[in-house]
Amino acid sequence: MMATSKKILEQEPSDVELLLPWHAAGTLNARDARRVDEALSRDPELAKQYAAIQEEYAGTIHLNESLGAPSARAMQKLFAAIDGEPARHGSLTLSLSTRIAGFFASLSPRTLAWSASLGALALLLQAGLIGAVLVKNQPASFQTASLSMNEPVTRAIGPEAPPRALVRFAPEARVAEITTLLDLYQASIVDGAKGGLFRLQFGNKAMTKDEAAALMGKLQNEKIVSLAVATP
Amino acid sequence: MQVLYGRHHVRVFRFGLRLVRDEQIAEDLISEVFLDVWRQAGKFEGRSAVSTWLLAITRFKALSALRRRKDVELDDEAANAIEDKSDDPEVAVQKKDTSEVLRRCLTALSPDHREIVDLVYYHEKSVEEVAEIVGIPENTVKTRLFYARKKLAELLKAAGVERGWP
Repeated sequence: MMATSKKILEQEPSDVELLLPWHAAGTLNARDARRVDEALSRDPELAKQYAAIQEEYAGTIHLNESLGAPSARAMQKLFAAIDGEPARHGSLTLSLSTRIAGFFASLSPRTLAWSASLGALALLLQAGLIGAVLVKNQPASFQTASLSMNEPVTRAIGPEAPPRALVRFAPEARVAEITTLLDLYQASIVDGAKGGLFRLQFGNKAMTKDEAAALMGKLQNEKIVSLAVATP
Repeated sequence: MQVLYGRHHVRVFRFGLRLVRDEQIAEDLISEVFLDVWRQAGKFEGRSAVSTWLLAITRFKALSALRRRKDVELDDEAANAIEDKSDDPEVAVQKKDTSEVLRRCLTALSPDHREIVDLVYYHEKSVEEVAEIVGIPENTVKTRLFYARKKLAELLKAAGVERGWP
């Protein structure tokens, strides 16, 4: 019996046996962890060894935690040494520009083309927003004593203004999707984005109450719209 | 740097201290390690965790410090001397304090064995990460830990602690 166990000890450890410490520490990948679990469930000797490993694991953590922490001297010494180092701004700038160049160099031409297109769309959208804000802030030449400067110009033209809504787009919505939606609804952004909300105007004609409600319902169901509320 | 230091300095210190066994030297190691990080930040490629990178630098610095300190070379012979010096494990066993004996035996392991035990159990490094820190093949990492555990079992047995393995 002794000879047998000695022979077992002299044998090379199995692959699963070698992985037991990492299993105890929880650092195995899912596949290996499953393999070890299966082996442990069917091999009592391995399970006994695993119990010993768990003791070692706890003992090692306890030992290391009992070592305490370094004094403030180490930190003072480090930061004094860093203060004594020559300034590295130049090399950092160079490093940053090199990294940026490296990043763009790593992109494929197709990716670059798509990025440029999206950038152009974003610029157009931004230009539209700025234009809308400027138009809104221009004094109306036909202002009367009863018209507030803060009221939308279209509202002042007549009671039958096109419908408007406050819309919040889903965070994952892309610029291309937003512009498509604006085209589809013949909508334009007349204000935004305050608190992530855009004020949209739909078409140039007034709608009945039912038509406006149907439009809001349809808009609310759009995948890239997280909120749509009718607004004067 | 302050954030990085705040997050990792204790573990770097403990890893270094377990290797060099001298608090003053371990504290000096911290400054050297983080100063190296400050100087070489641009070289960090992000292929491994920051802690793995730090531990690899700490190990390198600790071994250099040990080489400089010739009078306390921590080879197997020195580790055995440390083991011989302490008859305390037996006393502790009499007090049924097996966890204390375990800690003493963990301390008495050779530097190579101590290092790998700490990296796997305390620093929770994977096989690949230990291989990167120590600079040995992954299979060697696995077998080295296995033999470290066997040595630990022998030390425990000598101190009167039987755990049913090996």
